[in-house]
Amino acid sequence: MSNILEVRGLEASYGDLTVLRGIDFDIADGGVTTLLGANGAGKTTTLRAICGMIRRKGEITFEGKRIDRMSTENIVRLGVAQVPEGRGTFTTLTVEENLQLGAMTRPNDKSIHEDIEKSFHFFPRLKERRTQQAGTLSGGEQQMLAIARALMLRPKLMLLDEPSFGLAPLITKQIFEILADVKREAGVSMLIVEQNASLALGIADHAYLIETGSIVMSGEAKAIREDESVRASYLGY
Amino acid sequence: MDLFIQQVVSGFATGGIYACMALSVVMIYQAIHHLNFAQGEMAMFSTYIAWQLLAWGLPYWAVFPLVIAISFVGGFAVERIVFKPIENAPVLSHIVIFIALFAIFNSFAGFIWDFTIKAVPSPFGDGPLYPGAPIGTHQAGMIGVTMVVLVMLWAFFRFTRMGLAMRAAAANPDSARLVGVKVSMMTALGWGMASAIGAVAGVLIAPVVFLEPNMMLSILLYGFAGAVLGGLTSPAGAVLGGFLVGIIENLAGTYIPVIGGELKLPIALFLIVAVLLIKPAGLLGRRTVQRV
Repeated sequence: MSNILEVRGLEASYGDLTVLRGIDFDIADGGVTTLLGANGAGKTTTLRAICGMIRRKGEITFEGKRIDRMSTENIVRLGVAQVPEGRGTFTTLTVEENLQLGAMTRPNDKSIHEDIEKSFHFFPRLKERRTQQAGTLSGGEQQMLAIARALMLRPKLMLLDEPSFGLAPLITKQIFEILADVKREAGVSMLIVEQNASLALGIADHAYLIETGSIVMSGEAKAIREDESVRASYLGY
Repeated sequence: MDLFIQQVVSGFATGGIYACMALSVVMIYQAIHHLNFAQGEMAMFSTYIAWQLLAWGLPYWAVFPLVIAISFVGGFAVERIVFKPIENAPVLSHIVIFIALFAIFNSFAGFIWDFTIKAVPSPFGDGPLYPGAPIGTHQAGMIGVTMVVLVMLWAFFRFTRMGLAMRAAAANPDSARLVGVKVSMMTALGWGMASAIGAVAGVLIAPVVFLEPNMMLSILLYGFAGAVLGGLTSPAGAVLGGFLVGIIENLAGTYIPVIGGELKLPIALFLIVAVLLIKPAGLLGRRTVQRV
């Protein structure tokens, strides 16, 4: 399988604080890759660096095209959608407007409306709340909205930042079931950044482990799950 | 009672001026979440351009759209040239630049067109609306135009993709970038639109107050008061607030002896403080609800 995204020697820092110390990783086309690590390891920074939301050094290649010098808006236009940390809800706009925004870079035609209906089919809870201010949704609903909004782009690659963050275990489970559906039905490549390693490894094909800004381990998700040291420090059994 | 009705109606007419200016204030607030202190001076400058074009003999209804277009480009350019380079600077730096712009537009208008007052004609005539009416044809026309601008703004934000993108950029810039909205372009567009609406306000106000470099000083203050009273997030609220400020100002001037004609301006300030204390979102403004 070819790679949709290749990252080489990615470095990023906030002021004097170096967060990423030259990391390399690949995302296979059509597959789900997960980046695991503890708080402060550099997971969110990696996603922000890919999307050009912070200064970064190194090579980032998306579908054979260098994107490490491009602006966020133009990277999005290539088909890279991000479900950001904190869900990035447009709290003052309605649920439906949030979804329309997801398709902002697409030509304005009927297919957008069809895709909104499709999201409502996927997430019936959002349909009930379509005219509500998105800020009034619960955390789980906002996470669903964030995923639905990202899908509105009809992305080739979706970057998800801790989809389980702050959610009850049951809701988290639902979210990951939906992601599994998306993987199966839409064939979108995904990079999922997670602290909840067992959930992420359940859906992923390939996994990377990041510690204080460096990749310390990589391999098939299955192999990583069975690794003794990972089990001890990330899976807790 | 007659006096009361008369004062309400004439307050309504003055309120039209404030409503128009308040719309421009709301527009810029929507785009940058600040009040631009130079908004009134920019509108005044636009009005001078209109006066100049009229003086060169262009017909009124050619000048009107032309000035709106020039002001749009001007506002857009001010954002690109002055504010884009300091995008990430603290609020205080922005405020310093607002004040600088205020001084620059004010002095340049005086420098180019001198400080003598100039008359700007009204396209609606200057007689009463009907014999004995407390409201003139110009005031009526001005209120009409304000309403048209309001409806256009509402439709723009409600029904167009560009309007939605502008709202998104204002509400959550990071998220807007992540769906591909060119946020900094939206800010510049907001400046252009605020400046264009200010031009409409200036050109319509000038026949009432006469054109001179300081004509917008108190009007901007009333416009702020109207926008704050109606709600800085709501164009319709701003227009309503503008009218209310006009009416309140007139009634207070008539019925509260201490205030009379001279102390009308503090009423605007009093209103701003009162609204901020009692109902900070304004009459029609949106309170942001957020669950966490």
